[in-house]
Amino acid sequence: MTAHPDTVPRTAVPARPVLARLSCLIVQPVLTRVVRRIAAQHPTLFERLGPHQGTDFVIDPVDLPFALHLRPDPRALVFRAVPRDAVPPAGATIRGTFLLLLELIDSEEDGDAAFFARDLEVTGDTEAVVRLRNALDDVDGSIAEDAAAMFGPPGRAILARLRRAYQT
Amino acid sequence: MSLAELICPAGTPAALRTAVDAGADAVYCGFQDATNARNFPGLNFTPDEMAAAVAYAHDKGTKVLLALNTYPPAGKVDLWRQAADAGARIGVDAFIVADMGVADYIARTHPDIRLHLSVQAAASSPEAIRYYCDNFGVKRVVLPRILTIPEIREIRREIPCEIETFIFGNHGLMVEGRCSLTNYLTGQSTNMDGVCSPASDVEYARHADGSMSSRLAGFTIDCFGADEKAGYPTICKGRYRAPHRPDGYYAFEEPISLNLSRLLPELIDAGVHAFKIEGRQRSKSYVRGVVSAFRQAVDDIRAGRQANIADLVALTEGQKQTQGAFETKKWR
Ligand code: SF4
Repeated sequence: MTAHPDTVPRTAVPARPVLARLSCLIVQPVLTRVVRRIAAQHPTLFERLGPHQGTDFVIDPVDLPFALHLRPDPRALVFRAVPRDAVPPAGATIRGTFLLLLELIDSEEDGDAAFFARDLEVTGDTEAVVRLRNALDDVDGSIAEDAAAMFGPPGRAILARLRRAYQT
Repeated sequence: MSLAELICPAGTPAALRTAVDAGADAVYCGFQDATNARNFPGLNFTPDEMAAAVAYAHDKGTKVLLALNTYPPAGKVDLWRQAADAGARIGVDAFIVADMGVADYIARTHPDIRLHLSVQAAASSPEAIRYYCDNFGVKRVVLPRILTIPEIREIRREIPCEIETFIFGNHGLMVEGRCSLTNYLTGQSTNMDGVCSPASDVEYARHADGSMSSRLAGFTIDCFGADEKAGYPTICKGRYRAPHRPDGYYAFEEPISLNLSRLLPELIDAGVHAFKIEGRQRSKSYVRGVVSAFRQAVDDIRAGRQANIADLVALTEGQKQTQGAFETKKWR
């Protein structure tokens, strides 16, 4: 499935290449640890992804200086922060604010409702997105809290601060 | 007063646990194949997951209803029979069926398990409903969403089984079980393959002016302005240009959801036994929000209190809600 030619990328954060690259370097070790931990704790997640384990997802938190590239292949997991000018060709792209994406991962928000409200944007292979959504929705508990807990009290404090910052 | 059981959707084991914990009296769900009408990618249960889910639900006093509510293509009934046998082995509390052949197989092979007639059977007259009761021992009918409350009351007097009605969720306008719109564009059948607007045929595109178009199998079925709310990419909710409406209009139905929260007392009074919430394709967040809201409302009504129902409009399609034909046949 290809994107329509007049589709435009939407970036709420002005492009600042140096800041973007620096941010990617800082968050990358965290992302690698988090995704490995989720994969180890929730192996059934991959079964629901079916043929889309090899799909390249671009998750674009429009209010952060970078995007995320996810390839949920259990044999060769990829989850990395990428500057927007270096985003790889995406099988599917999911766009929204950081807090919304976080809440969708944790099922605190309903993806369809966010889509109806036009807060969530999906382009590319819709089936891949539906599979990813259903796979994540079958995870009990909070992926964000689990990830934060990996870094102890400072991790939890950062998550709480992030939530507060975005909610106000 | 009828029991006013709350029948809640679950597309995954985690959603089922959420529904049970939020106060569902029964949860309906299906296997990962064409035997049910939400055959979506990554959704539904393996037999092992279903067995664990049934154990969880029964432990908390909640029933599990297995949706086998699609129509087997000619000569391909084995999948439906195997699904029924698996459900019986696992110990589900009822089968929800639409096809007479499937109903007949279950009635003969698993006579001790309840049969519910799916909305997909589109049985809307006492004669049709009685036929299913007399021939297959159907214990409950899920009524199509085309009847007014006085009509439901009339039907209740003339049939020997319980009535279930939808109270919240997706509001397709076609005759259930007969809609071939998806088949026309994609070659896949809602009624036999179990999926309306298959995700693999859906494409969204955002345009320079902020508008977003949704397409099914290459055909644009709507284009939402930058500030407009969106709906599902189903043909029945598409907006089309016609010679007399060059700007485009919702030819069948606009993006909107059913919400009968204000009609619950009247429905109970009319003899409705069970209230169904649509949305097996929705998230745990939806299940938690909608099930708890209706649990509270039904409990209030049972206790003789004014029902105090949470505002659910944020979860509705197009962020609009309707009481549809339940209020008046002229609603559209
Ligand atoms: S097109 Fe609409 S009415 Fe037809 S099956 Fe799909 S949702 Fe139902």
